[in-house]
Amino acid sequence: MRLLIIEDDSDSAIYLVKAFREEGHVADHAADGLTGYAMAEGGGYDVLVVDRMLPRMDGLSLIRSLRAQNDTTPVLILSALGQVDDRVKGLRAGGDDYLPKPYAFSELLARVEVLSRRRAAAASAEPTHYKVADLELDRLTRKVTRAGEDIALQPREFRLLEYLMRNAGQVVTRTMLLENVWDYHFDPQTNVIDVHVSRLRAKLDKGQAVPLLQTVRGAGYSLRVEAR
Amino acid sequence: MEPRASAASSTPASAGGAAKALAKGAAKVPAPRSALFRSTAFRLTLLYMGVFAIFAAFALGYVAWNARSLIEDQIRQTIDAEITGLSEQFRQGGIRRLVTVIEQRARGPGASLYLVTTPFGERLAGNVEQVPVGLLDRAGESEIPFSRNGEEQPAARPAVAIVRVYLLPAGFRVLVGRDASERDRLRAVVRRAGGWSLGVVLVLGVLGGFVIARRILKRVDAMSATTLSIMSSDLKDRLPLAGNGDELDRLAGNLNTMLDRITVLMGGIRQVSDTIAHDLKTPLTRLRNRAEEALRPTATPDDMRRALEGVTDDADNLIRVFNALLMIARLEAGQAREVMAPFDASAAAEGVAELYEALAEEAGASFTCAIAPGITAHGNRELVGQALSNMIDNALKYGSPAAGGAPTIAFGIARDGANVVFSVSDHGPGIPPDQHSRALERFGRLDSSRSQPGFGLGLSLVRAVAQIHDGTLDLKDNAPGLSVVLSIPAARASGEPDGR
Repeated sequence: MRLLIIEDDSDSAIYLVKAFREEGHVADHAADGLTGYAMAEGGGYDVLVVDRMLPRMDGLSLIRSLRAQNDTTPVLILSALGQVDDRVKGLRAGGDDYLPKPYAFSELLARVEVLSRRRAAAASAEPTHYKVADLELDRLTRKVTRAGEDIALQPREFRLLEYLMRNAGQVVTRTMLLENVWDYHFDPQTNVIDVHVSRLRAKLDKGQAVPLLQTVRGAGYSLRVEAR
Repeated sequence: MEPRASAASSTPASAGGAAKALAKGAAKVPAPRSALFRSTAFRLTLLYMGVFAIFAAFALGYVAWNARSLIEDQIRQTIDAEITGLSEQFRQGGIRRLVTVIEQRARGPGASLYLVTTPFGERLAGNVEQVPVGLLDRAGESEIPFSRNGEEQPAARPAVAIVRVYLLPAGFRVLVGRDASERDRLRAVVRRAGGWSLGVVLVLGVLGGFVIARRILKRVDAMSATTLSIMSSDLKDRLPLAGNGDELDRLAGNLNTMLDRITVLMGGIRQVSDTIAHDLKTPLTRLRNRAEEALRPTATPDDMRRALEGVTDDADNLIRVFNALLMIARLEAGQAREVMAPFDASAAAEGVAELYEALAEEAGASFTCAIAPGITAHGNRELVGQALSNMIDNALKYGSPAAGGAPTIAFGIARDGANVVFSVSDHGPGIPPDQHSRALERFGRLDSSRSQPGFGLGLSLVRAVAQIHDGTLDLKDNAPGLSVVLSIPAARASGEPDGR
């Protein structure tokens, strides 16, 4: 995955570039809005990570300019302003995701990976059927089976599993689940998401030799067959 | 020796240095005698005085002008009558008789002015010494300076007379006139009266302005002195009220209300900074200790990893507290009003309930929902969701019955008139009514809950959400337990006009 990080704080930019490279991604860095815009316009990036407050051209104007030119590269906005109205403004400007500072790198990584995957998937139509190992989910009949056996799920559990399966193999964080499954962006301050995931896990993996719903320490969850 | 001792100020010693600096700065504003003349009351009096003087001058001038025309009319009538009489005499007895009559008349005291001449200007009779050259050539009226026969000519101002020349048949000329000094005397009287009244108006005006300004200034000065001393002390004192309800009293009353509000706000700031000091320094200290622990030479890689994980957790917690604090501050400053819109409150409540149901079940708590369907509220779904989450979280944390066991929580949403009412009730130990307001304050944790996890921001965030929605947050006794009720305006039906 090729990333462009447009961030004026050089310390965090250097850290981000290094961290993304360690994860096996190609990350470039632009230190101000105009340079970032020129580099993004050159194209070839899978995801842009844009700080909201930038010298020479602020983040939202940059995104608007790109969108005006029909550039659909996914953009994740980083902002020190983490409030409701700021998020709304950011997404309205054409951002695809919004992450308030300070953030955990694992959170940023998970979101950027999902964004880049979503872009690749957007080319083809959304599948109506997901399959991970012997777990299958049909979005039309709303039926879930594991090794051919039906699994009864509550509507919300179904949406949770649907989101996990759509991003199978990726790490999804608790905040991403809260945002995408419950459509809330606040801080629940407790382990509510963990409870829901562990209930889902009980239904999916109970009595199975191979667990599918993995906990990724310090990051979140991932639906996949453990590599080991 | 402290420098304060040299400052010859009347301000009492104060605790707050800032307040004193303020008071000192304000004391520099001069309040000397000249303040009296610069005062609004004084200026207003001067203005009134000017208007009154102009009015008086106008009235006096009008009266004088009328009196003058009246006098002149009378003089003319007299002259006309004389001329009629004299021409009658001439018609009956010719020039001789006329001369006789005029000589008779001219002798009387206060007589009119008379002069009869031949067609060539030779004087035949009369009591007028000189007339301007050519006056007698034409008939008509004019004003001339005059002197009577044998009278001393006054040096400065010769007397003025209104005269009329009349041409008799055969070319004789008659001049009849009357002394107009009466008119001039009137002018002098009016002028004198005008001067006097202007003087009186001036003196009275200045004096009145002085007295009124003094009276008002005295009270205003007393008020500013009190204000200064209040500022230099701890804001405990209040302005005295005269009790007559006049505008200065109202001003003082409003200033007192403002001082009350400032005191409350300052108390809030002090309390918040105290608790910030305590509640944020504690996790910061813990974070620092963990980092130091990892840096100890004896630390194994495992120790270091554990320590760093702990540090990350502590940092995350601190970030949460800061986020909550910032959010409250922004909500209280009213900065999220633009994201208000009608939203499905029932669905929002359902989502939150469903989110916490599992958690409650995990904790063994009983969690019942009464969600009325199809309720639309006006506001921000995210903020309300956050508020509901805080309310339920609060009940789960603190709602366990005193006797032990898991909490019993009832969550509900209902429409109440023009409002949407969300409530979370538990049967826990509750909060005594006298501590309700404290529970809503920032970091306002009750002593009984200090041992439990949390930062005491939950309910104050809910209150801030209520405020920004122009709604209310009430704590009620659930007998036993606590009932937290959040009420926000319902969305207006689509047909109604949008007032915003």
